[in-house]
Amino acid sequence: MANDISDNRFDDALIQAPDPHDKQRRAFLTKVGVAAAGVAAAFVTVPAIAFLLGLRKSPSSWRSLGHMDDFKIGETVEVTFTDPSPLPWSGVTAKTAAWLRRKNENEFVAFAIYCTHLGCPVRWIPTANLFMCPCHGGVFYGDGTVASGPPPQPLSTYPVRINQGLVEIQTSPVPITTG
Amino acid sequence: MHSLKRLWAWFDDITGTSKALGPPLTHPVPEAKKSRWFYVLGSATLAAFLVQVVTGIALSSSYVPSSGQAYESLHFITGENLGRILRGMHYYGSNAMIILIGLHAIRVYLMAAYKYPRQVNWLSGVVLLLGTLLMAFTGQILRWDQGGFWTAVVGAEQAGRAPLIGNWLGHFILAGATPGGATLSRFFAAHVFFIPAVLFTFIAVHLYLVLHNGISEPPKAGRPVVVRTYKHWYHSLMEREGVPFWPDAAWRDLFFGCVVVLVIFILAVTLGPPEIGKPPDPTIIQASPRPDWEFLWYFALLSLIPHWSENFVMVAVPAIFIVFLIALPLVGGKGERSPLRRPWSIVLVIFLVGGIGYYWHQGVLAPWSPRMDAPPLPESVVGVSSGPIAVGAKVFYDKGCEFCHLVSGYGGIRGPDLSDAGDRLTRAEMVTRIFSGATNMPSYSNNLTSDDLNALLDFLQSRHRAYKYKISPPPGAVSQVVR
Repeated sequence: MANDISDNRFDDALIQAPDPHDKQRRAFLTKVGVAAAGVAAAFVTVPAIAFLLGLRKSPSSWRSLGHMDDFKIGETVEVTFTDPSPLPWSGVTAKTAAWLRRKNENEFVAFAIYCTHLGCPVRWIPTANLFMCPCHGGVFYGDGTVASGPPPQPLSTYPVRINQGLVEIQTSPVPITTG
Repeated sequence: MHSLKRLWAWFDDITGTSKALGPPLTHPVPEAKKSRWFYVLGSATLAAFLVQVVTGIALSSSYVPSSGQAYESLHFITGENLGRILRGMHYYGSNAMIILIGLHAIRVYLMAAYKYPRQVNWLSGVVLLLGTLLMAFTGQILRWDQGGFWTAVVGAEQAGRAPLIGNWLGHFILAGATPGGATLSRFFAAHVFFIPAVLFTFIAVHLYLVLHNGISEPPKAGRPVVVRTYKHWYHSLMEREGVPFWPDAAWRDLFFGCVVVLVIFILAVTLGPPEIGKPPDPTIIQASPRPDWEFLWYFALLSLIPHWSENFVMVAVPAIFIVFLIALPLVGGKGERSPLRRPWSIVLVIFLVGGIGYYWHQGVLAPWSPRMDAPPLPESVVGVSSGPIAVGAKVFYDKGCEFCHLVSGYGGIRGPDLSDAGDRLTRAEMVTRIFSGATNMPSYSNNLTSDDLNALLDFLQSRHRAYKYKISPPPGAVSQVVR
């Protein structure tokens, strides 16, 4: 290994070592040194990287959006709710929005605001019965299916349930459209 | 004066400063006659980087890297006179660095200075180029307004298209299931510690290699790099014709670097920093995320490519670009350096610069974006204030047609201009188009009552060339179209 660098002082010392045993001993100690440094480096980097990776958790919980009578049949409105266990310094970013549609007496559907193309927030245009994305012009019908433009799949939905007259939404990870 | 000299002699004796700095400063460099000003781009990039380091450290002393408070802290910084200038310098410094590193890379590519023995010079430069682009991307997110917030989301969505690990990678970038408290901290750590550490390291490597291999001589057609003889030839060339780097060549670097810094300062004082948008509140749906100019062409590219090719373009095109940059010096490490003997290099640069320019222009216009803030058509355009045509104009607005179709200067430019639709299409043809939709137009077959449809057709049939040219929209309406 050290022989590659012929004009290296340490290498000269190795070559001038009084006996072959000494040379062997030095080579061994070099290996031990490298291994020890490797172990020390692992003690530093493994917790650091594991901490970085471990921050990604996806808990979920049910959040109330209000009484079901507050929502008219056939209408789609913006609802907002708080992420599960937000960090104390999350501020406004702890909130999430969704488009809630009351389909009939007992059925609700909640669409994610994230366009399935590249995640920009889609807007509901009530008079047109369409969701439109301001970024690349994706358009979705009122039921979330793709109407036109680049989105590859329908708007994703959140689980919704009715609990004692209250509409509840289950917090979910940001839908990531995969390739 | 004498005692200062003695102090310096003492200091130099015990530190070896002039021994260490002398040879690098005065090492021989090619005179480069005609092309000598092309050699200042790298050092000017370094000058811009140093501006970024100093202004960045100053900004970080007041910036609060918290998802909940960064926005307010940026408003605080911008409210201070010097804070405003520092933010401006950091912004124009980043613009300067991107432009200069791009020009430097193009210069080195055209002159093929990446060939033997400078292959690793180039590869370390590739790391610096990619690191600089990452700094621009993460920096835009640290401007934690609505634009910064959605840039993080869009970045995660793009990463999501990567094969197999996409979903994991997307959420890793957001530092959680949803963007929130951890998201900004992650980008802050990347922008302020991780990427700068890589940049500092590779700048050192890059500069060391520049000294180790010497600055490349200007290429000459018919004088190829021969690996066996190049080093010897270069050394004898430097002995014959080389000039000391300091001051013969370095004064140009110093001069141009100072100009760059001065321009950054003047722009920061006169134009000020980029505006801080609305708060990073995910529930404010009224958002039109746009990347800063350096990525605007890519934003346009993703709009204009065929939909089926998206996964490929989003993942493979950056990958191919990086592979090309890495393979270039390893595959083409010897032979002719002159661009005159490498015409494809000129074609490629024209193609690249032209393509970026074209898509950048498209990105500024963003014709594919629905203009959801277009105002309803005024009576002067509609021509009547009541009756079926007026009702049809209202339907045209309410159903979102106007967001994508222009009428007498009002509306969007995604679809065809309908100012003279009555001259071009019959009623039946219009019905077909409205009902069937198209790749970029929704079908309205279940979305219009027959009354609405008839009124809409009456309105569209009333659009004639006369209207298109007679009515000039007010300035405000035009600005709706070209933002």
